[in-house]
Amino acid sequence: MHHLVSIEDVDMRYGGAAGTLAVSGLNMKVGKGEFAAVVGPSGCGKSTLMKLVTGLHLPQRGAVLVAGKLVTEPVSIVGMAFQNPTMLPWRTTLDNILLPLEIVEKHRHRLRAHKKEYVEKAEHLLEIVGLKGFGSKFPWQLSGGMQQRANLCRALIHEPELLMLDEPFGALDAFTREELWCVIRDLHAAQGVTIVLVTHDLREATFLADRIFVMSARPGRVLKEHVVPFERPRDLEVMYEKGFNDMVHELHGEIAKARVAA
Amino acid sequence: MSAIAEENKPAAPVASMSSGIALVKLAPWLYTIGLFAVWELLVIFLDMPPTILPAPSRVFAAIVQYWSPIWKNSLQTLYTTTVGFAIAVVAGLGLGLFIGWSKTIYAGLYPLMIGFNAIPKVALVPILVIWFGIGAVPAILTAFLISFFPIVVNVATGLATIEPETEDVLRALGARKMDIMLKVGIPRSMPYFFGSLKVAITLAFVGSVVSETVASNYGLGNMMSSAQSMFNVPLVFAGLLMLAIEGIAMYALMAWVEMRMTGWAHRSSMSH
Repeated sequence: MHHLVSIEDVDMRYGGAAGTLAVSGLNMKVGKGEFAAVVGPSGCGKSTLMKLVTGLHLPQRGAVLVAGKLVTEPVSIVGMAFQNPTMLPWRTTLDNILLPLEIVEKHRHRLRAHKKEYVEKAEHLLEIVGLKGFGSKFPWQLSGGMQQRANLCRALIHEPELLMLDEPFGALDAFTREELWCVIRDLHAAQGVTIVLVTHDLREATFLADRIFVMSARPGRVLKEHVVPFERPRDLEVMYEKGFNDMVHELHGEIAKARVAA
Repeated sequence: MSAIAEENKPAAPVASMSSGIALVKLAPWLYTIGLFAVWELLVIFLDMPPTILPAPSRVFAAIVQYWSPIWKNSLQTLYTTTVGFAIAVVAGLGLGLFIGWSKTIYAGLYPLMIGFNAIPKVALVPILVIWFGIGAVPAILTAFLISFFPIVVNVATGLATIEPETEDVLRALGARKMDIMLKVGIPRSMPYFFGSLKVAITLAFVGSVVSETVASNYGLGNMMSSAQSMFNVPLVFAGLLMLAIEGIAMYALMAWVEMRMTGWAHRSSMSH
C-alpha cells in the first residue's frame, strides 16, 4: 500500500539539547485514504505528532515523509482542526470557512475571480455537515457543536489530502459528539481523504478508525498498532457489540499500563 | 370615578416598567443634579467664602458672565487636545503594530516604553518650550505624549495574544507572517485599539491643560491659571466644569466609535 504519511525513527526535543524529549524513536505509517487514530496517556506527544506531520516542527532525528516528500516546511496539503474551533469572530461562518483559500498558494490568486465557485463549494460542505443556511451567521451565534462542524468545513475547503484532527470533539457533550462522529465518518467515506485523529476517547478511536496507534508516556513512541476489524459503513450500534467493547477494553488496559510505566 | 380607576389599572404595570427604563436613562442627570445640590448646600451650611469653594450657582453665574473668553478658550483646548490625540492615534497604531510584529521588538522596546511612560509629562513641557516656544505646539505635543502609550500597549497586546491554534492552522497552510497579521492580528487587535481610545482621550485633556497652564497664552489651562492669580475662583471652577463637559463629550464619542467599529467583540463576549 502507498503510504501518505511515513514517520521513521523520529526524535523531537523541545527547548535545546537539555530540553524535554517529546517523542523518541517514533515510527508510524498511514496509508492513503486510511483513517488512523492515535491514543495514549496524556503528555505522550500527540500534539507533537500533529506538528511534525504538518511541518510546523522539524525533527532533530529521523524523517517525516508526507506524500513521498520529506517534510522541511509547512505542508499545505494538510487540513487541521483542534479542540478549540478558533473561528474568527469578526467573520461570518462562510468567510471563516473560506479563510484557508486566502492563504494557500494554489487558491489565493484564483479566489477573487472564482469567488462564486468557492462559495458554492463551501455551501456544499456546510450542507454535508448539517449547517445548511448557517453560512451568513457569525460564529458566536452558533453552538459549540455547530462551531466544530464549521471548523471541519474550514479544514476541508482546500481539498487537503490529509486531515489532522487534534481532539476535535473533546469539549462537546456526548450526544453532539456521537453526531459529529457520524459526520466525520461520512466525510471520510465521501471525500476519500486520509485522516489522522488524535484523541483521548477510546470509543471514538475504535468507532472511527481503520488503524489505532497506542503511544507510550513521554518520550512518546508507538507501543502497539491495532487494525480495527469492523465492517464499513459502521453504525453507532456497533458500539454495543461485544467485539467493540473488548477492543476498547484492551486499549484501555494498554494505556493504563503505559501510564504506570511512566 | 370608578370607571377611571378601572381604566388605569391594566396600564399601571406597563407604566411602571417603562418608568423603570426611563429612570435608568435619567439616572446620570439626576445624580449630577444631586451632586450640585449637595455641593450648594455644603457651601451654604459651612458658609464657605467663594474664594475657597464657590457654590455651583456662583460657578454657573461665572460661566454666563465670562462666556466669551470661556467659549474661546474651550475651543482652543478642544483643538490642541484633539490634534494631539489624533497624532497619538496614528503614531500609537503604527508603533503598536510594529512592536506587536515580533517578540524581539516587543521585548526590546517594552522596557523603554515603560520608562518613558513613567516620566511625568509636565516635566517635559519646559523642554518642549525650549524647542517650540510657548503656545499651541507644546500643548499638542504634551497631549500626544501622554495619550499615545495606552494605544501602543493595547494594539501590541492584541497582536501578541493571537491564539496559538489559529496561528498553527494558518502556518500549516503556508501563511506568511504578513498573512497572519492581516487576516488575524490586526482585526483582532481592533477592539483593544478602540477600547484604548476612551482612556487616551481623557489623558489627552490632562496633557494639553497641563501644558497650557505652564506655557501658553490660550486655552482653559491658561485661563484658569490667570483667573487663579486674580483670586477669581468661580472662574477657575467654571474652567474645570467646561473641561469635564468636553471630556465627557469626547469619551462618549469614542465609546460610540468603539461600538460602531467592533460591535462583534461585545456580542461575541456575551455569548461566552
